[in-house]
Amino acid sequence: MPPSSTDYVRILPEIVLAVWGMAVMFAEPLLGPHTSRKGLGVFAALGCLLALGATVFQAQPAYAGFGFYNMLRVDHFSVFFHCVVILVALSTTLMSLDYLPAHKIDKGEYYALILLGAVGMCLMSSAVELVLIFIALEISSIASYILAGFRRHSAESTESAMKYFLLGSFATAFFLYGVALLFGATGSTNVFRIAEVLNTSAHIEPLAYIAVALIFTGLGFKVACAPFHIWTPDVYEGAPSPVVAFMSTAPKAAAFAVLIRLVIDTASPNWFWVIWVAAVLSMSVGNLGAILQSNIKRMLAYSSIAHAGYLMVAFASASNRELGISAAMFYSAAYAAMNVGAFAVISHMAGSHERFSSIDDYAGLGRRSPALAAALTFFLLSLIGIPITGGFFAKFYVFSAALRTHLIWLTLIGLVNSGMGSYYYLRVIVKMYMNEPRTTAPVPPVRLGVGLAIAISLIATLWLGVWPNAILHYTQGAPTILAGK
Amino acid sequence: MTNSLFQPWLVPALPLAGMAINGLFGKRFSEKLVAAIALIATGCSFLVACLQALLLVNSGSPMLEQHYGTWIQAGKFTVDFGIYLDHLSLIMMLVVTGVGFLIHIYAAAYMHHEGGYYRFFSYLNLFMFFMLVLVLANNYLLMFVGWEGVGLASYLLIGFYFLKDSAANAGKKAFITNRVGDFGFLIALFMMIQTFGSVHYGSLYFNPGLVNALPLEHSTGILTMIGLLMLVGACGKSAQIPLFVWLPDAMEGPTPVSALIHAATMVTAGVYMVARSNPIFSRAPIALLAVAVIGTLTSFFAATIGMTQMDIKRVLAYSTVSQLGYMFMAAGVAAYSAGVFHLMTHAFFKALLFLAAGSVIHGIGGEQDMRKMGGLRKYMPWTFYTMATATVAIAGIPPLAGFWSKDEILWQAWSSPYGSKIFWAVGVITAFMTSFYMFRLLFMTFFGEYRGEAAVAHAGHDAHGGHGHTPHESPWMMLGPLVVLAALSIFGGFVGAGHRFEHFLDPVIQKVEAHRSALEVEAAAAPMTEEPAAEKSTELALMATSVIVALAGLGLAWFLYIKRPELPARIAAALGGLYTLVYNKYWIDELYKAVLISPLLWISTHVLWQSVDQKIIDGSVNDLAVTARDVSGVVRQQQSGLIRSYAGWIAAGAALVVAYMVWMGTR
Amino acid sequence: MLDALTHIGTLHYLLVAAILFLIGMIGVITRRNVMIIFMCIELMLSAVNLNLLAFSRLWGLHGQVFALFIAADAAAEAAVGLGILIAFFRNRTTVNVDEVDLLKW
Repeated sequence: MPPSSTDYVRILPEIVLAVWGMAVMFAEPLLGPHTSRKGLGVFAALGCLLALGATVFQAQPAYAGFGFYNMLRVDHFSVFFHCVVILVALSTTLMSLDYLPAHKIDKGEYYALILLGAVGMCLMSSAVELVLIFIALEISSIASYILAGFRRHSAESTESAMKYFLLGSFATAFFLYGVALLFGATGSTNVFRIAEVLNTSAHIEPLAYIAVALIFTGLGFKVACAPFHIWTPDVYEGAPSPVVAFMSTAPKAAAFAVLIRLVIDTASPNWFWVIWVAAVLSMSVGNLGAILQSNIKRMLAYSSIAHAGYLMVAFASASNRELGISAAMFYSAAYAAMNVGAFAVISHMAGSHERFSSIDDYAGLGRRSPALAAALTFFLLSLIGIPITGGFFAKFYVFSAALRTHLIWLTLIGLVNSGMGSYYYLRVIVKMYMNEPRTTAPVPPVRLGVGLAIAISLIATLWLGVWPNAILHYTQGAPTILAGK
Repeated sequence: MTNSLFQPWLVPALPLAGMAINGLFGKRFSEKLVAAIALIATGCSFLVACLQALLLVNSGSPMLEQHYGTWIQAGKFTVDFGIYLDHLSLIMMLVVTGVGFLIHIYAAAYMHHEGGYYRFFSYLNLFMFFMLVLVLANNYLLMFVGWEGVGLASYLLIGFYFLKDSAANAGKKAFITNRVGDFGFLIALFMMIQTFGSVHYGSLYFNPGLVNALPLEHSTGILTMIGLLMLVGACGKSAQIPLFVWLPDAMEGPTPVSALIHAATMVTAGVYMVARSNPIFSRAPIALLAVAVIGTLTSFFAATIGMTQMDIKRVLAYSTVSQLGYMFMAAGVAAYSAGVFHLMTHAFFKALLFLAAGSVIHGIGGEQDMRKMGGLRKYMPWTFYTMATATVAIAGIPPLAGFWSKDEILWQAWSSPYGSKIFWAVGVITAFMTSFYMFRLLFMTFFGEYRGEAAVAHAGHDAHGGHGHTPHESPWMMLGPLVVLAALSIFGGFVGAGHRFEHFLDPVIQKVEAHRSALEVEAAAAPMTEEPAAEKSTELALMATSVIVALAGLGLAWFLYIKRPELPARIAAALGGLYTLVYNKYWIDELYKAVLISPLLWISTHVLWQSVDQKIIDGSVNDLAVTARDVSGVVRQQQSGLIRSYAGWIAAGAALVVAYMVWMGTR
Repeated sequence: MLDALTHIGTLHYLLVAAILFLIGMIGVITRRNVMIIFMCIELMLSAVNLNLLAFSRLWGLHGQVFALFIAADAAAEAAVGLGILIAFFRNRTTVNVDEVDLLKW
């Protein structure tokens, strides 16, 4: 039985992204060595927009459900993460338009890799088959490995890629070993079937416990939660800034999606305390580690560990699935919006060879470039969790979910952590507005691409903060139709 | 509503519009245009607020609630964008817009020479917007938005002189101390959602079956928890012990900011919150007691610190803390309306004091040390008269505004079923100290000889030459608001004479139904019934006591600061006495240190100020920072940069998780 | 006892796979040469494949198909890994991971 046309609609966004990515690849050698690749970037951005359109088209109720022989499933959950991933890819493409020529790495493959990486991440959110999950995970990882080392004449960038690659494949091996054991313990590679076996059989194979632990290890690495966070600061510091914007948000969101489908929603045994401890460790390590950092990218890397921790808090409260899972979805969207925005500003400020990435370089930005400083302030305030930003609502929603599932201690630890976190974000704001600028060199004017990327993030962050209702409504529809229930 | 032009949402929206215009385009505008935009925005906001107030009071309905849309909807839990206008928020709204407008006028002249004029006004308008959101919100979550927003705006405004290191640090201190308070508020919010499933005032307090259904909690219960957590939030925002430390430092900001944010409006948000949550507090006597104790202690110790300060703005800052303590004391004895009444009169005279102090600072070229002032009365008579009015008002001398509200608080502290003679006694001592330090400020600043540097310059050179400032009176743009506020300080108290104010707030303050103890019966009955003659005479006696005490403070200040006959008879005559004024700070300071308040002073400066503020609070902020840094260093050490060690970490983590899982699985 | 040794069952495969996986893991942690580390990761993937093949004796073809995909992925990873290694070598002229420490703390 060949796949039906409905099946193809169910992977339409992936098809669009993949075709566009390959087209960019083919076009690249046809362009002369000295031609600007901006056109390719714009073309890639167009592809993202089309994929977004495809996602919206796919969101119609007629296309909800399983596709391709139960390999994937289109539902609120997958559509939500598709939108997040594609918007992040779009913003990254836009902010790279001027970053690449400025760093003399103006290559078309870059855009292709972003698009293809996005294919993997989109598939991760809709896949319900272990084989497909693995393939999708690898597509997104391999694209990220290359992107991390894209400034290939820089020792830092290649070192970052090397670390990411070695540790990433190391973690993947754990993930795969877990997947293999899960297959052995349940006899199926389909997430729904696995959930059924785990939930109904009286005796759970001991192998299943080891399997869940190893899968958690692999996914924990991808989402950078403690104790598997250790690669994050090094890799983020060395990688090009727009790439960090991309890989600190989109693959993480996708990996969280997998984590929700594979670990939490299958009601895997005994996940609760593992998640609890991981949440506490991630929040604490992230916030503590960030305090002393002098490099803004490294600081935000630690902050991303902390935010992974807040997200884990939402997971821990997933015993009330409507609350916990929708809070986690909302948080990953809000985090994506504000972090991409912050990195858009940072990649604009970086200058050639990423010279200006120390926090001291932001001194006096409030007067050197009020608009950029205001935008960065807004994103940082959102990361702190001040109202009318998406970050506030995300935190509010996560912690109220935690409290409503009676996780008092976790909530308290989380709130203390978010207070501690405000310290280091604030330091950047203080630097920008209350210190003398280090140089009088003018900040390069904001070009259209970066401007658009910042605007998208700004609007998204504000929208999530002022009008979270639509998104909340959508996320609340998701958990009820997930696996096994 | 009657007229679409005068919707209540205009009240907060207008300052927001002003902020947006000035913030976006202000750089290109002239100073006049910037000021005009900011003034029109706040002025119109005030007009609309007045109109709304009139409509509401005339309509006779207890409140007006308007919904503008759903903000969050999560299952059965919804939060709206909405405005809740009752007699309480009405008073707050009028105070905020009215005093805010006057301070805007003043600031237009005061900030004249400063850079970033447009930035200043857009921040100031932003503050007005958030403050009005805080006050007018129809639910706690929206209130929290305003709550955080005013903190943010205040942070921006304190740090306005952003090249001053102390200003930047003060801003940071305010922000971080407030975060502590915000935790409390936030957790209270969560608990409210968890217990009642709503954060709307209307449904929380007026729907049967939510807060109303809960009995009085004689021991700790959910309401006590919520109340105490709210108190933590209120302590942060309203600068109560132990979170008061940020307020005096916040005086680094420009003076109009101190007047608006750190005296008249933002810092009173805590009192507003307690009054707004009165149905919760009235059912939780333990939380209420905590409010009263904290308020009383704060008012007392802040007053003692106020007596020792030499910086004119710091004296006013501690005085503000002390007066806020009064308001908390009132709220803590369940006399919410007395607290709100004092909040209102305090907004008038404290704003006036700050603005007048600003006028003084402006007039003598930026000096804030009172030891370098003196004799300013003849240079700036308008400032003097208005400031004298405010001083008399705050000291509690009838018939000025402060007398009525303070007397009301003291009476309630004495007579309320939740009150105690101790609260009253401490309140009276504090009133004495208040009167003393305020008149000390007045005498040191305006009487005697001018002791500033400019006086020397003036003696040596031509009167108009040189760069030394001869003290000069401020422009009319600054004096106008002073005069209006002075009028309010004089007459503002009459609205509260004879418990009129209390009855105005009756619809807001819920009487907790008395079905259990005699205490409750009394609580519910006392304000309602006609006071018997005996009580009336007690009230009069207490009133007399507080007046005597205020006059005693005045007398002492006068005795200590006005002594020597060499000074111009003109001044002495104006005082109505034959005394000349002198000021010898070392001798006097030592005298009253040694004789009067040495032990108190020691406690307040050494224990409370130096130990608590500087060591424990500052110290713990610093220590926490140091500890965090140390731990941060340890965290960093793990990040050796070596791939092999990273792989080891991952493997160890995996082993741990596997071990745990296997252990759980085989158990 | 003798039977357990002579009659090879699924458990034996699993044990070999687990040992293989551990060898690979320890290799990654202890070896310094990037190429060898890379080989060790391949060893871990082989262990996974062995697992999957063993399980497909019990559960059917799924495992074997999965193993094919893993082999293909390992090839893709190898290509990218070598590319990154060469880029790194050009910058630092070393393949010793203990010298990969520009980014730390």
